Amino acid sequence: MIEQGASSLVDWSRAQFALTAIYHWLFVPLTLGLSFIVAMMETIYVRTGNEEWKRLTRFWMTLFGINFAIGVATGIILEFEFGTNWSNYSWFVGDIFGAPLAIEGILAFFLESTFVAVMFFGWNKVSRKFHLTSTWLVAIGANLSALWILVANAWMQNPVGMTFNPETARNEMTSFWAVLFNPAAVDKFLHTISSGFLLASMFVVGISAWFLLKKREELLAKRSILVAAVFGLLSSLMVAYTGDSSARTVAKVQPVKFASMEALYDGKTNAGLVAFGILKDSGKKIGEKKIKDFVFKIEIPDLLSVMTAGDKDAYVPGLNDYISGNPGKLILSATEKMERGRYAAKLLADYKKARSEKNSVQVEKIKGIFNSTDFQTDYFRHFGYSSINKPEDILPDVSGSFYSFHLMVMLGFFFILVFALALYYLFTDKLNERRWFLWLALFSVPLTYVASELGWVLAEIGRQPWIIQDLLTVSRGVSNINTGAVITTFILFGVMFTVLLISDISIIVKQIKNGPRH
Amino acid sequence: MTLMISHLFLQHYWWIIVSLLAGILVFLMFVQGGQSMIFTLPKSDIQKKMIVNAMGRKWEFTFTTLVTFGGAFFASFPLFYASSFGGAYWVWIAILFSFSIQAVAFEYRSKPGNVFGQKTFDSFLFVNGSLGPLLIGTAVATFFTGSRFSINDMNQVQWQTAWYGLEAVLNVRNVALGLAVLFLSRVNGLLYIINSIDSDELVQASRKSLVINSLIFLVFFLFFAVTLLVSKGFAADPATGTVTMEKFKYLHNFLQMPIVLLLFLAGVLAVLYGIGVSVFSKSTCGIWYTGAGSVLAVFGLFLCAGFNGTAFYPSVYDLQSSLTIQNSSSSLFTLKTMMFVSFLIPFVLAYIFYAWKAISNTSITETEMNADDHAY
Ligand code: HDD
Ligand code: HEM
Ligand code: HEM
Repeated sequence: MIEQGASSLVDWSRAQFALTAIYHWLFVPLTLGLSFIVAMMETIYVRTGNEEWKRLTRFWMTLFGINFAIGVATGIILEFEFGTNWSNYSWFVGDIFGAPLAIEGILAFFLESTFVAVMFFGWNKVSRKFHLTSTWLVAIGANLSALWILVANAWMQNPVGMTFNPETARNEMTSFWAVLFNPAAVDKFLHTISSGFLLASMFVVGISAWFLLKKREELLAKRSILVAAVFGLLSSLMVAYTGDSSARTVAKVQPVKFASMEALYDGKTNAGLVAFGILKDSGKKIGEKKIKDFVFKIEIPDLLSVMTAGDKDAYVPGLNDYISGNPGKLILSATEKMERGRYAAKLLADYKKARSEKNSVQVEKIKGIFNSTDFQTDYFRHFGYSSINKPEDILPDVSGSFYSFHLMVMLGFFFILVFALALYYLFTDKLNERRWFLWLALFSVPLTYVASELGWVLAEIGRQPWIIQDLLTVSRGVSNINTGAVITTFILFGVMFTVLLISDISIIVKQIKNGPRH
Repeated sequence: MTLMISHLFLQHYWWIIVSLLAGILVFLMFVQGGQSMIFTLPKSDIQKKMIVNAMGRKWEFTFTTLVTFGGAFFASFPLFYASSFGGAYWVWIAILFSFSIQAVAFEYRSKPGNVFGQKTFDSFLFVNGSLGPLLIGTAVATFFTGSRFSINDMNQVQWQTAWYGLEAVLNVRNVALGLAVLFLSRVNGLLYIINSIDSDELVQASRKSLVINSLIFLVFFLFFAVTLLVSKGFAADPATGTVTMEKFKYLHNFLQMPIVLLLFLAGVLAVLYGIGVSVFSKSTCGIWYTGAGSVLAVFGLFLCAGFNGTAFYPSVYDLQSSLTIQNSSSSLFTLKTMMFVSFLIPFVLAYIFYAWKAISNTSITETEMNADDHAY
């Protein structure tokens, strides 16, 4: 009974976090990219003094403002949700996680919000140079805020730069630089901001294509396409490049997520890269879990081995290796990790007992063990496994990870093509004739949102059941509140965000239809 | 490089920063105060538009200060963040909800195609304007009156009422502080209007309204202040951490920390002076006195809650679960790292001040409202 109550509390809390994060992420990437595009356009205006460029800048800036407001509205909920819904997690990691959040507020949000005011209200009040600087500072501020929150998220995927303190029962930071330059953080930051640039570029190209289809504002539309397609092409190449390095890092720090992305059950040498495939119930099982396997796939031979280890004969471990262990490859079985995790958990309980019995000899002794490197690397790093019941519980949703990853990658290559074509038709002056292409560009806009959300879905469901990789399961991170409260707020946020979204889209569409002001 | 800075010093340092942010936040809630009056104060649509725009150019500062206040609290006193937000769930959710609807309301209210109409967004502004300060004030009062929660040996919180924070509104002292903060925000809002809007009619109406709002503020504030000074408080033994009830604890805190008392009194006097000059003369500068006064008074109140061996987030369910700046803080390493970050705060304040001046050196006028295509 109690177990069931607890698990529905976790599920609702997850649903609420996913709902609010997905909504937030509908608006964030456009903010990240459009801010730079607007800054570039304004730079051209200040350089040339041409009023048409100013009109253009102001048109896209208005759309930026509408989107920005709702990004802020959804963001504040997330910031405090760590406390309201994941309070045990907030304590367990607060010593590390809180710092990036605070720095984000102090350094990035203020930069952004201060200069956004100048950007919108300063046109006739400050000099051109000051205004332009403000616009650039908004773009930098937005992307700085992305940096800090992504550092925090990357730390959950790959916890580094800390040790566990049994006295306070939490992880404490030992190196700020290790947290900041976490390889997962570097990849995540570069991939995420470049995907935001890509999305915003497609937004500008797509809407400009619509103006061309309607035969309105042709000059303005073509100038917009010029700026955005160049920026978009560069960004989409960077997205593919940083996506590739993200995948390599995932292979190192979250190998189970990596194997799920590729739906690779049995490890092998000469592993091929699945370009695409379809997964179906296979009748096979890992423990009590039914598994889905390929009924169809297109595979590029050897490529996966080459990509992960630079050698086609390299062994790529599969999910079964992490369940049953593979001594030859120095991979511990899940059962072994569960035992080691339980040992660490018991030692923590012993410590607390000795503490309450005021047995200072025992307290010092256990503290010594906790501080030893061996214990930290061989036992404590499997701490989270103490709350895993069955080995197969460490598996994330394989088909979810596989499809989200592969769809994102396919879309990524498709976008490169769209931007390249846009530039080609622009320079050969064929844009007006290629109406199919204009429609394609317009329909690519929602696809960039799909790709971007899929990226997060992959990153987040791929790390299940962990809220902090190997250290804390999601079910242990949740606040001790009643499920009814969470269901109520889930509905509340769902309704409110939907209402705001409807209004947001309707206003944006209206602004576009009205076109730039004269 | 090793710095000889003690954990205790940094805990005090960070409590000062958090307290200062709280003070600045209460002052900046003049935006909320202004929002709470948009249905009653203006006599015409254009007057309403001027009020909304005066507040709308500043709302981001208040909002960002709130977010930073939350972030800084998380980083420096994570156990408070985990306990209070995770336990007093409903109060915080209600606060967040009200700020979330505010964030779009300015931008969307007069844009074509906003689907729900200007009335809806204006009522969002009204809800945030009234509920925001009221609930924040009520939540802060629990720093002195206590809440019902326990913390286990793994430092996990369990709230001990099924109301998850809503029970705070059943305590008159909490509500009194909530109302005091709400009416202080309205006072500040009125003084900001007097200072920044070029409309005789509106300024006159504001001066009239100032009298009654100030009186209500004073009643609730004095009630809270007097009950605070005569009430029992939550004393934490600095050596053992044991928490006990002490008679006249907060009065003792003020007397034992004369600087804090001075800050607090100076704040209260400045607020009264600001109100006074605005009611009895044609001065438009009242906001600067009440603003600075609000910052100082709240700053002093927070210092009184956390310093001098006091539990700043007490539990009346289990005294020993109460949070002090010592048992709820981050590690020495994190606080030190964050200290370096905090050195940038003066720089941040400087550019905010500079940008603020650059765009509001002229008053808001009717002509501007009709001409500016980005007016809300
Ligand atoms: C990659 C970037 C990124 C990511 C992953 C997130 N955000 Fe975000 N956030 C931004 C990038 C951003 C932004 C671009 O900076 C926003 C969008 C609109 C805005 O004002 O800033 C923003 C707004 C924003 C705000 C309002 C800021 C203000 O006062 O202006 C808050 C409180 C948060 N976010 C907090 C979060 C939290 C707690 C997240 C964790 C799930 C999160 N964001 C994910
Ligand atoms: C903004 C883009 C983000 C999106 C779209 C997103 C998406 C998701 C999704 C889909 C889930 C549910 C996973 C599941 O339950 O299966 C989730 C959970 C979660 N995410 Fe994210 N996420 C985002 C950003 C972040 C960031 C930046 C952080 C941390 C800083 C974060 C922390 C969490 C936490 C704590 C949970 C709840 C625990 C869990 O279920 O894993 N997310 N997110
Ligand atoms: C072109 C090929 C692409 C590759 C190889 C790729 C690869 C990846 C990988 C491996 C991750 C998971 C990282 C993790 O779990 O930590 C990821 C995440 C993500 N992807 Fe992609 N991606 C590509 C294209 C795109 C595109 C086109 C977009 C959006 C327009 C996008 C947006 C994202 C986002 C927002 C995330 C979540 C943030 C993160 O974890 O970095 N990606 N991508």
